[in-house]
Amino acid sequence: MNKVDTRLLREIADLEGTPKGAYNIRKNGKLDSRGNTANIEIVTKEDKPGIDIHIKPGTKHQSVHIPVIITETGLDELVYNDFFVGPDCDVVIVAGCGIHNDGDKSSQHDGVHTFHIGENSKVQYVEKHYGEGEGTGERIMNPQTIIYLEKGASIQLDTTQLRGVDSTKRYTKVVVKEGAEAIVNEKLLTHGKQKAESEMDVILAGEGASGRVISRSVAQDESEQIFYPRMIGDAAGFGHVQCDSILMGKAKIQSIPALTANHPDAQLIHEAAIGRIAGDQILKLMTLGLTEEEAEEEILNGFLG
Amino acid sequence: MLELKGLSYQVEENGGQTDILRGIDLTIPDNKFVVITGPNGGGKTTLAKAIMGLVKTTGGQILWNGTNVTGLSITDRAKLGISYGFQQPPRFKGLKVRDLLELASGNKKLTRDECCSYLNRVGLCAADYVDREMDTSLSGGEVKRIEIATILARPGGLLIFDEPEAGIDLWSFAKLTETFRILHGRGENTIIVISHQERIIDLADEIVMISGGKVVRQGPKGEIMPHILADTGGMCSFLQPNSDSCRQGKEE
Repeated sequence: MNKVDTRLLREIADLEGTPKGAYNIRKNGKLDSRGNTANIEIVTKEDKPGIDIHIKPGTKHQSVHIPVIITETGLDELVYNDFFVGPDCDVVIVAGCGIHNDGDKSSQHDGVHTFHIGENSKVQYVEKHYGEGEGTGERIMNPQTIIYLEKGASIQLDTTQLRGVDSTKRYTKVVVKEGAEAIVNEKLLTHGKQKAESEMDVILAGEGASGRVISRSVAQDESEQIFYPRMIGDAAGFGHVQCDSILMGKAKIQSIPALTANHPDAQLIHEAAIGRIAGDQILKLMTLGLTEEEAEEEILNGFLG
Repeated sequence: MLELKGLSYQVEENGGQTDILRGIDLTIPDNKFVVITGPNGGGKTTLAKAIMGLVKTTGGQILWNGTNVTGLSITDRAKLGISYGFQQPPRFKGLKVRDLLELASGNKKLTRDECCSYLNRVGLCAADYVDREMDTSLSGGEVKRIEIATILARPGGLLIFDEPEAGIDLWSFAKLTETFRILHGRGENTIIVISHQERIIDLADEIVMISGGKVVRQGPKGEIMPHILADTGGMCSFLQPNSDSCRQGKEE
């Protein structure tokens, strides 16, 4: 691990040194290091690139870190990571990808993460994407996150991409069974000429299923963002999609939501707002002694929390 | 000391010029509690905003502690100790009550106890609010009280409150008047409150009545109150500015 590696790991996974609990660090397309615990086993896939993560039933208060870092220009990879979380678990899973590209070729990481979450298990999944480097080569990340929640299970998916990623196309699908709950917190900031697309299907598949999508984004400069948040009520469940975006510079944002009720007792709500920072917000913070630029930064920091 | 000299503000309207402030001269000595009152549309809020720099005046001067702040930005005026509590404060998605109090106080690490003391002073049960977002989940009255708390958190100087009572329930209003009384008693701040409420007017060292963009009366409470009561007792009270009888007597 050199200084760049360490910085990338800090940015995407808040890691300083070897993580506690189970971990798998992937660097430039290869396994860098791995650690298993009594309850969590990480196994390299035989048939395609990627890993299987097995979490034993009843595992509580443990964590898994599986960060990916790329520092080679021109590297292009597609990785499959499958999580098998047994019933009655309570775990935190931290993924994420950091690309440092100093070269003139594109570096790309496409990750397909599939979660099978057992009955009554609780998972927090944290995923951060980050890019840096002085080269002209693009930093590209296309994550797919597919989640199957069994009866009474819950997941909180915190996905964050703030700066540095030139192009991203993300797809998230959550199938929420009876009494299960999915919360998706999406935070996105694009700048320069970056492009980001986020497509999402939350399927309420069982009675009492609950889905909540909270998407907050900031598009600066000439960047472009497109959102397709879709909530599908196949059962008597509750779904809420809330999308808020702040426009800056000459950026463009499209939000194309869809609510589909296939069951008479599905209750689905969508709220969306796109606009510039309200002038009175800036003025209020200026009356507290902040400059206009500082006020804007505070508002964005708060908004993207 | 705050000195306003011939302060005026004109706007272009329907192809002509409309005077919102017409040469306001006013001197407020240090640590005084002054209530500005008068009919709606008379220029009170514009005057308060002009002092903060939220409105760019078109003539005259504003001096704060001898410094001419007329050409200074809002930020620079804030740094000189001028504060303004908005009549209709904005909401912020993502910023928490604590964040605003910290920004207001200039202390990035306010303790929970410090945050709570500001909120308690405006009648909010602090534990319920410190970590709440300043978004639409808060009622208008809650946002208003938090706004006042941010002004209480500011370093001392000139504190301007624009209709602090608007949207606040009776119990909180009683707490608020008590807070103003204590604040004034400390003698550390010059306080200007725009208000129509007798209980706030009652706290004032001096009352300034503004109407039609001008100071129409100014003086100690004992001197001005009888005039206010006489005005409100008549057919054309500034407390009922939208009544038909008022429209006839409106200055603009």
